[in-house]
Amino acid sequence: MTSLTREARASYAFVERNFNLTKRYIGWEAAFLVYAVAGALSVSLIGQSIGDRRLLMLLVVGAVFWNYLSVVFQSIGDTITWERWEGTLEYTMMAPVRRSVQLLGSALYAVIYGLIHTTILLIVLALFFSLDLGKANLPAAAVFMAVGSLSLIGIGMLAAILPMMSVERGSQMVFVLQSCLLLVSGVYYPTTVLPEWMQLISRISPATYVLDAVRRALIDGASIPDLLPDLWPLLITAVAFIPLGLWGFGQAEKYAKRTGKLKRVG
Amino acid sequence: MSIAVLDNNQSPVSNNADAPSHQPVVRPLPSPAALLVERVTKRFKVDRRKPPVVAVDDVSIRLERGEIYGLLGANGSGKSTFIRLVSGLLTLDEGRVEVFGHDLVREEMAVKRLINRVSVDAAFFKKLSPAENLSFAARLYGLDPRAARKEAVRIMGRLGIGEKRMSRPVEQMSRGMQQKVAIARALLTSPTLLLLDEPTTGLDPRSKLDVQSFIEELQATHDATIVLTTHDLAEAERLCGRIGILAGGKLTAEDTPIRLKATVAADYGLQPTLESVFMQYTGRSLDDDIEEGEAEEE
Repeated sequence: MTSLTREARASYAFVERNFNLTKRYIGWEAAFLVYAVAGALSVSLIGQSIGDRRLLMLLVVGAVFWNYLSVVFQSIGDTITWERWEGTLEYTMMAPVRRSVQLLGSALYAVIYGLIHTTILLIVLALFFSLDLGKANLPAAAVFMAVGSLSLIGIGMLAAILPMMSVERGSQMVFVLQSCLLLVSGVYYPTTVLPEWMQLISRISPATYVLDAVRRALIDGASIPDLLPDLWPLLITAVAFIPLGLWGFGQAEKYAKRTGKLKRVG
Repeated sequence: MSIAVLDNNQSPVSNNADAPSHQPVVRPLPSPAALLVERVTKRFKVDRRKPPVVAVDDVSIRLERGEIYGLLGANGSGKSTFIRLVSGLLTLDEGRVEVFGHDLVREEMAVKRLINRVSVDAAFFKKLSPAENLSFAARLYGLDPRAARKEAVRIMGRLGIGEKRMSRPVEQMSRGMQQKVAIARALLTSPTLLLLDEPTTGLDPRSKLDVQSFIEELQATHDATIVLTTHDLAEAERLCGRIGILAGGKLTAEDTPIRLKATVAADYGLQPTLESVFMQYTGRSLDDDIEEGEAEEE
């Protein structure tokens, strides 16, 4: 068997396992979807109450795509938390699998899961607010979501470090990181309202560019050439964050092996 | 397994008249040890103000292929840390580990393909079935899942678990059954070095016997090399060709069970039993150890 086949098979192991887990927890998945719908509706209804259709669309797109980005981010971040909870972390770490293959498999499933979750959410919101998406450029929005996912995968890998370093508080720290991303990325307001120093941080958040591009593609029907100013920062952040995430994860694994933290369960 | 190597220093002319003169002369090299542990030390820093705890202290062990090596010791003596060090789950502070000639640090992936481990706690994704858990393990080790499933059914059948149990969630299985699935998971990857960390602890007598018989069968049919840690001295005596005793992270004794028993009888005037050996080389009774273990669990 070639090395590539072996690694593809190993990577698919994580996709298949996570799919099986989703199937077994289907009741909880439905509850989580209700939570996501309720959250997105609550935010979007602010636009409805003001009677501003454009603001409503901005908020709907913000809520829907924030859901996608946070689901992807959290699923990758949960790679370690989940295994720690079940006590399988040592077995997975013992397997002859490169960390990049492991994280790639988890990320692939996260993207598929996030897309399904977000599509359902978008359909519910479109029906609830009778949204007109006739002008929307869906392929352009899809391209930006795909490219944006790459950067988010890198940040997700960095987030997965936290549960490796701190057994008790690591997973909570993933939420802290996620909320900081929400604050600076212009999900529900333009980044121009942020203080100058926060605007600087918003420029390195890939979510800023994804949201801007997806909004313009869905609301104004902007094409990919129109959105190029958002594309290259996304490519740069993807190129920067994925190797950084892999490197950081590798360092965290070394730390856990030095201090004996891999064996901790719960 | 014997390895032959071309000896460039030898004359191409053989002394053996029957040997063709144009063929290179080969000399067999000794097989690498199944497991070579040289002067391994592991320390843990538990408090910044205190010196680190030495969990494994300058331990050296050599295992040959097909050997079952028992590692005995009190709770906290370093047995599980030793297993984790050999598994690559902990970094070595000092010393080196080789598995069939592959260095654990420099050739990590090669070593990982050769070993597997069963620990005292059968860790699984409990909502998933044994089939789903084993399929995950099979894919991680590059095995074909369908072939792996057949093999898993065979191994689990041998351990007394029927095929129909393969599709039910692991959480619905008894502790003993879960442990058997854990053993099946480890064996699925055909490890040449199997690390068994108290695999029969908590099992009922029948399950324990099933597992012990299977370990014997595994050694006989697969030529597997096994490191077994256990608190069950009868199990160690039945299964292990050699036994090492750890106390405070140090290897305090190592020999065949017969020789260890003879030594404590001759040198210390004790009963020639493994319990005497355990007490002599760990400085405590087995009952103390088990009681302490139970108290820790509570």
